[in-house]
Amino acid sequence: MSPSPLLRIGCAAGFSGDRTDAAAPVVDALIAAGGPAVLIFETLAERTLALAQLARRADPEAGYEPLLVDLLQPVLARCLAHGVRIVSNFGAANPEGAARRIRRLALDLGLAPPRIAVVQGDDVSDADHRPLLQAALGDALTARPLVSANAYLGAEAIAQALREGAQIVVCGRVADPSLTVGPAMAHHGWAADDWTRLARATMAGHLLECGTQVSGGYYADPGLKDVPGLATLGYPIAEIDADGHCVITKPPGTGGRVDAHTVTEQLLYEVHDPAAYLTPDVVADLSAATVTELAPDRVRLAGVQGHARPDSLKTNVCFETGWLAEGEIGYAGVRAEARARLAAEVLRERLAGLGPLRVDLIGVASLFADDGGRWLAEQPDGGGRDVRLRVALRHTERAAAERLTREVTALYTCGPAGGGGVRTAIRPTLGTLSCLLPRQAVPARLLWLD
Amino acid sequence: MTDTAPPLTVPLWRAAHGRTGDKGNRSNISVIAWHPALFALIEAQITEAAVAHRFAHRRPSRVQRFVLPQLQAMNFVLDEVLDGGVNDALNLDSHGKALSFLLLDLPLQVPPSLAPLLRGPAD
Repeated sequence: MSPSPLLRIGCAAGFSGDRTDAAAPVVDALIAAGGPAVLIFETLAERTLALAQLARRADPEAGYEPLLVDLLQPVLARCLAHGVRIVSNFGAANPEGAARRIRRLALDLGLAPPRIAVVQGDDVSDADHRPLLQAALGDALTARPLVSANAYLGAEAIAQALREGAQIVVCGRVADPSLTVGPAMAHHGWAADDWTRLARATMAGHLLECGTQVSGGYYADPGLKDVPGLATLGYPIAEIDADGHCVITKPPGTGGRVDAHTVTEQLLYEVHDPAAYLTPDVVADLSAATVTELAPDRVRLAGVQGHARPDSLKTNVCFETGWLAEGEIGYAGVRAEARARLAAEVLRERLAGLGPLRVDLIGVASLFADDGGRWLAEQPDGGGRDVRLRVALRHTERAAAERLTREVTALYTCGPAGGGGVRTAIRPTLGTLSCLLPRQAVPARLLWLD
Repeated sequence: MTDTAPPLTVPLWRAAHGRTGDKGNRSNISVIAWHPALFALIEAQITEAAVAHRFAHRRPSRVQRFVLPQLQAMNFVLDEVLDGGVNDALNLDSHGKALSFLLLDLPLQVPPSLAPLLRGPAD
């Protein structure tokens, strides 16, 4: 039997909020290549799902990716016409709602209704699953209002949907690489325990799942790491062979770069022990992985090994935790840094007892600094002449958050000389706890929207 | 020049690049050599202890280093350095995305014979 042809998987979003004009060049390249192809969108970071759940509470038809139509409208007709299948977690907290919206979009575009499969089963916030979560989390489960609870599902249901003819597969929470592993399993006919091939496809998916982070995005550093065309970055395409090895590339004529350095940075992104990268599908092992430049903007990943998948599924549980209060005021000119530091002292005195107060001197010491203020305390006054003071705290009570913003605002008249540009914000906050649930307790299900 | 000449001290970013990732309260930072011939130096000098010292103000509970010689790369995993991480930290950068630039500013001693492999402008 000759091996199945390459499967090309293009990724047109790496998070909720990514560029919405990304997909067209990717789809053009997939169609031009001519073989079997899949387009994925990864739009679900850890917190995104909890925010989507809150949106669904406010509107039962909402709760899926807010930019769903913006992402799909430019490419849906061409994908359906050319057999490019679409797989995404843009269902978020309402995959069925997303599927209905896609069908409506297809009808609005004058297309025949596509065959859409919805992967269900990740949402474990219902009463049936409460004893499981209680066993995993104990009293922490009830200490705060629950917002969402979702298990990370794997690739099998996606593969099944594609084998059964889905043109579009809409998921909620699935592991990001599973968006790639599912199509590769279905296309190449791999078994669910073909650990080495699943691991290779998993790392191909890992390279794709953050969009342009593998093709020159999040890489540029002028004079050291120059990237052409950062404003018109090409989103990545993986060519996955029958053994799971892949070549990463990007559409011709787009900006960005794919070389051994961009690929290695993304290969290790959010990896802990490289010998044990855990997903619901497999444990991938990068110990012997190699990254090889084949041609300009063509890089091959090989050597990934795999081990049996974990018996449990990671599950994220989100809670309402209170309020985040932030306030800023700016100082410029001679002794600006000294005036900003004095303003911070005033706020510390005025807000003493309210809770731990974070102080940043933006332009002097902020991002590297710790919440405890140790870094800032080590920085002598460097004579900064354009400095913004930022303070922040978290509190369970909104009234406490409002005290912070009022005190920052009062610096206009009561603070050091020349302070300006006060900005304040109060936002509700979410907290996340992670636990492991037995795999058999969280089965995936397919729903067909015909 | 020969290797008996005194070494140059350069910031690590002239010899390597990297990226930060986060999960919960844990940060990982890759260090990838610009050239294979620089990797041994980097491995010898950019140790768990050196990184733990660099991040001392963030009180890491553990710093682990994983070495991937075939990629000329190392992966540092720093536990409990994100003040709780994206949901809990008060930092504007609650993911700690900027932290690779803190690590990549560590000093590295390079024999003059390898200096042509360094990238970026000399200070």
